[in-house]
Amino acid sequence: MTRQVDRRGALECMLWAGTGMLWVLGGGVPRSLGLGSAAAAELPKGSFTFLQISDSHIGFNKPANPDALATLREAITKIKDMPVKPAFMLHTGDITHLSKDTEFDNADQAIKASGLTTFYVPGEHDVIDEGTGKAYLQRYGKGAKGAGWHSFDQNGIHFIGLVNVVNLKSGGLGNLGNEQLEWLEDDIKRLSASTPIVVFAHIPLWTVYPEWGWGTEDGARALGYLKRFGSVTVLNGHIHQIMQKVEGKVTFHTARSTAFPQPEPGKAKSPGPMAVPAGDLGKYLGVTNVKFAKVNTPLAIMDSTLADT
Amino acid sequence: MHKRTLAPFGGATNCYRAPLRIGMALVFVMLMAPTHSHTQPAASVETPVEITIDNFTFTPAVITVEPGTMIRWLNRDDIPHTVVAKSLTFKSKALDTDDSFSHRFNEVGVVDYFCSLHPHMSGKIIIRTHGS
Repeated sequence: MTRQVDRRGALECMLWAGTGMLWVLGGGVPRSLGLGSAAAAELPKGSFTFLQISDSHIGFNKPANPDALATLREAITKIKDMPVKPAFMLHTGDITHLSKDTEFDNADQAIKASGLTTFYVPGEHDVIDEGTGKAYLQRYGKGAKGAGWHSFDQNGIHFIGLVNVVNLKSGGLGNLGNEQLEWLEDDIKRLSASTPIVVFAHIPLWTVYPEWGWGTEDGARALGYLKRFGSVTVLNGHIHQIMQKVEGKVTFHTARSTAFPQPEPGKAKSPGPMAVPAGDLGKYLGVTNVKFAKVNTPLAIMDSTLADT
Repeated sequence: MHKRTLAPFGGATNCYRAPLRIGMALVFVMLMAPTHSHTQPAASVETPVEITIDNFTFTPAVITVEPGTMIRWLNRDDIPHTVVAKSLTFKSKALDTDDSFSHRFNEVGVVDYFCSLHPHMSGKIIIRTHGS
């Protein structure tokens, strides 16, 4: 069934998991459907879509996933097979597990096979080399500021990559820091309030579960600067599971990992790699496909069915 | 009670210890043990002390040692951690599973530390002379 919905700055956010499950978020209500040809046919022609991929943890080889490179490659293969080619890809950090050169090399090769231009922000696992992020910046820091924050425009949307994984304070959460926040304030000054904004960063900008450090200390200040915009989408990784929240004009979303799942907040002694029954790992891994509809364009919301591609 | 490693490690302590001295150290630890439920007793400078990292937690979280004590942190999680003094006077590299980091505490005082990757993880070392 298809319903017509008017929504300013409408956003559809589709999540595809390793099993071929697709989620659609319309009007703040998450729905799921298969990403087969039937689902793809529902997309208006010329739709602008992009992908989010996160937490590849290349180099991780513990029981929760003995081969994180293989599952990343599997995800990339599925991306290549998607019926609608996304405009580009965002990687929201933890590309590697230990910031080793070989890990960055392997991740690079696997991701490049997608054929998609990819924009990055680092996770805390990408800045644990001796130079505290030097290895990351050498690869992905071209044109970026500070520890790797940057912005760009695409199809009328302003994308902002923030870094909240460096200079973390004892007892604290993720941290953006004053220098980056001042840059952010300046970066968006020139934009009209009707410009759709997509912010992507590793650790959730909203407080998901502070007991496990799942939040950003000064995230509220960043969101405060973005208050005047009519449509703000915040994409994060770090927690290796899907969480969504709509607060006013801001939509928050966290992505699955391509490497291993983590427990739901408070449902285990601690965060960390969660082993799942053999054969089930793919159900917990995935990537995110985001599609924007133009302002004031009716948005088709499809009732959910779970289906494999 | 936290584990104590009697085997040599890190190249920072003596490789051999007389059995009598080991026995004395254990007796000392046993006498001090029941004082607090969350704070570990003062450990002898002769006894290397181990702090384990399990489930994103330093155990014991608070420990009292004598000046000159070597402490070794052992990461038993499937995820890397670091050990960083809040004052930034010492910092380990990223410790992968089963990696360890050792540091000797010579000065009397209190040292707060945390994991710089997961800063909600924190611990405290209290360094004081026996009887003080």
